[in-house]
Amino acid sequence: MSALATAPAIVPLAAAALVTAVRSRPRLQQALAMAASVALLGCALALLAQVAAGETVVVAFGGWPSPMAIEFVVDRTAAALVLITALMGVAAVLFLASDADVGDRHPLLLPLLFGVLAGAGGAFVTGDLFNLYVWFEVMLICALGLLAIGARVDQLDASFKYLALNLLGTLLLLFAVAAVYGVTGHLNFTALAGAAPAVAPGLWLAVLTLLMVAFLVKAGAFPVYAWLPASYHTLPAPVLALIAGLLTKVGIYALLRTLGDVFSPAPAVLYEVLGWVAAATMLFGVLGAAYHWDMRRILAFHIISQVGYILLGIALASVAGYAATLFYTLHHIVVKANLFLIAAIIWRLTGSYDLRRIGGLYVTRPWMTLLLLIPALSLVGIPPLSGFWAKLLLLQEAIGQGRVVWTVVALVVSVLTLYSMMKIWMEAFWKRHPDAEWQPPADTQLAPAWAVTVGLAGVTVWISLYPQALLVYVQAAAATLGGR
Amino acid sequence: MNSRIVILAVVARPLYLVILLASLWVLLRGHNEPGGGFIGGLMAVSATILWGVAHGTTAARARLPLGDAVWPAVIGLLLAAISGVPGLLDGEAYLTHRAWTLAFVSVELKLSTVLLFDIGVYLAVWGALAGYALALLAVDEQEQEGGPA
Repeated sequence: MSALATAPAIVPLAAAALVTAVRSRPRLQQALAMAASVALLGCALALLAQVAAGETVVVAFGGWPSPMAIEFVVDRTAAALVLITALMGVAAVLFLASDADVGDRHPLLLPLLFGVLAGAGGAFVTGDLFNLYVWFEVMLICALGLLAIGARVDQLDASFKYLALNLLGTLLLLFAVAAVYGVTGHLNFTALAGAAPAVAPGLWLAVLTLLMVAFLVKAGAFPVYAWLPASYHTLPAPVLALIAGLLTKVGIYALLRTLGDVFSPAPAVLYEVLGWVAAATMLFGVLGAAYHWDMRRILAFHIISQVGYILLGIALASVAGYAATLFYTLHHIVVKANLFLIAAIIWRLTGSYDLRRIGGLYVTRPWMTLLLLIPALSLVGIPPLSGFWAKLLLLQEAIGQGRVVWTVVALVVSVLTLYSMMKIWMEAFWKRHPDAEWQPPADTQLAPAWAVTVGLAGVTVWISLYPQALLVYVQAAAATLGGR
Repeated sequence: MNSRIVILAVVARPLYLVILLASLWVLLRGHNEPGGGFIGGLMAVSATILWGVAHGTTAARARLPLGDAVWPAVIGLLLAAISGVPGLLDGEAYLTHRAWTLAFVSVELKLSTVLLFDIGVYLAVWGALAGYALALLAVDEQEQEGGPA
């Protein structure tokens, strides 16, 4: 049934309208939001079940013939990303029910959150370049609203930086989309794939470069990542986890979809440049993290460094590379969101995000150590955790293609990532709390927060212990890319 | 704002009506000719802004449908979303539209789900953009009254 393919965008949009309508009743709003995010998860699972059988679900809006219609095309790649988006939605909404750094509840917080989900979902399933730009905009505007909604001075400062740098990316993207349309006369992905070989090579390289730079800004890649650590740390924790998990990944997905699928094979020089950009992104991201003491800033810089790894998979321009990219993206969204959420619980228990002012959790909350170590060591890539499998897939292909420098950079960055994660562990857990009188607060309301973080850690453990299922899936997904 | 312009305040009343009627005309005309919900909604927003400049933002907000900017936006979004469902029920793609012609004695009335979609867009644009514009105008009012109210 094709109607299901509209769900990734329509369900969150309808949810946004509904939770706006009940905005004066916070409890009802929370309950509706929970129901809607679970419904979205259900749709995503049903979609996954359909495409896993090898079927590509297509819907052309309004029944117009292709390539005139705006199409939603759900293949394996899109379905997996939609599922992880829906999962993050459930996690964020559930976490909002706790009291771990959720901020003052603004009545429009949940509508904007569903707006971000709609933007991401729409971007993952659309089969049309201009429509992709529109969903990017939906996501940008809603994320900006979430940043500005608290109206604190630091949040407005963050919103401005986010807006300024992302508008640059958006403008570039719009120019690029217009240029693509100008030289091919198409916007539909399938039609574009057919028209691309007829364009003069020099012109085509210029157009694709513009497109690549625009997506790199959105993905937070070197050297245009400044907007990310400048803005993320001012958000309430569950919103931060959602945005940190999803926003940059939509940029990455767009790169994978264009360079890896629709316009594949693109001129070789683009992949070469992308590879060096990826290496620089890994390195500069992790170095930025080493300097900071605020957990949220450390984790935000690690997003950038991990984006580098994921981009490397696209730069390798092979089925194995794309499979590694997809595996890495799915594992990383779960791990990264979980780390931000655990940091919020640490904030609730110890009273600060600043590692210099906290400590003593190992004595009072010993089992929480394990909870932190699962995503933290997975981010580093310690076997047998999910990050290890992701890096193994990626580096195997990099070595196979003789990319020694990129491989070495990736391994060095892993060690530096370990340093950052150990810094969080040593400071927040191992060391004594600087205030000798400190006791964790007794009146916390953390049950939903524990449920979410343990659940996400469970997903990570599942990928770690049983990577074969996901591996087979992503390889099947990657094999269909570029086959238009 | 104490120093409202009298001429503007007086002219705003008929103009508000004329602009709204024109926006409705553009909305309905969009069925087969240039026009439609988006451009009609923008015209309605301009009417709201006019009222906000002439009589203050509180008064302008009260004149929006249901007395608030968020409600028309929500209802509009839902209407537009629902308009795609009939096609879905017939087993066709979402947003496949339906049209009917009702014939009265000498008048033909054309109804369609496209019209519903357009009305949804009209309301959503009016509510959302009027909300932004009034919020910005309100900042201006506060500054002129000397500090935040």
